Amino acid sequence: MANTFYEISTVTVGSGGASTIDFTNIPATYTDLLLVSSVRTSRAAYHESLNMSFNGLTTDRTNKRLYSDGSSLVSTSGSTMYGGQASGATATASAFSSSSIYIPNYTSSNYKSSSEDEASENNATSALLAINANLWSSTAAITQITLTPENGGTIQEYSTATLYGIKNS
Amino acid sequence: MEKPTKVVMDCSTGIQEIIELTDEEIAQMEVDRANAEADRATREAEAEAKAEAKASALAKLAALGLTADEIAAL
Repeated sequence: MANTFYEISTVTVGSGGASTIDFTNIPATYTDLLLVSSVRTSRAAYHESLNMSFNGLTTDRTNKRLYSDGSSLVSTSGSTMYGGQASGATATASAFSSSSIYIPNYTSSNYKSSSEDEASENNATSALLAINANLWSSTAAITQITLTPENGGTIQEYSTATLYGIKNS
Repeated sequence: MEKPTKVVMDCSTGIQEIIELTDEEIAQMEVDRANAEADRATREAEAEAKAEAKASALAKLAALGLTADEIAAL
């Protein structure tokens, strides 16, 4: 694993909100990528998961997910990749959920794995924690990352996402 | 009605833009959303079935005379 972090770009969502957050033209000059987000959406629930896609493609994605809402621990498999967690409209006002995704070897010609952890922020008894192992079965280098709310919520103002490149100094 | 937008950060320039989604992107988003809902429903049904099977198994073990501590030790 590389050892030095460089901020590539930060997205801050404005007053109109947004359906997705996109990082495009990601430079190929690093070894790994780290995407850290703080997000709230308009979904009428206390949380909303964020799906992730690379290079504008929603194909060849799989996921192993372990999550809990405090009442049970659930393990699932799916045909998406998870890219974070958002607080929803019924979560505590002004709460934003925190997530981080680590994407090693994003320019390699092998399939791309990524690991992700997330926690919904909510000053109440309902909350969700999850860890995810994603796989994109593509040999293409990752040049674009898109985060999309899973249930159709709109990403709210002041949500942020920061992309870091990591390489050996 | 205004079209939904996306926030796009061009990492090569550092310029952030707000762009309206195309009809194709909106249609794809609807498909993805429907797939996500279907996946979620499947996951929840599987989890519920598993929980019911576990409860049934625990009840049967208790009916055989195992104590709660003995069942927990399995």
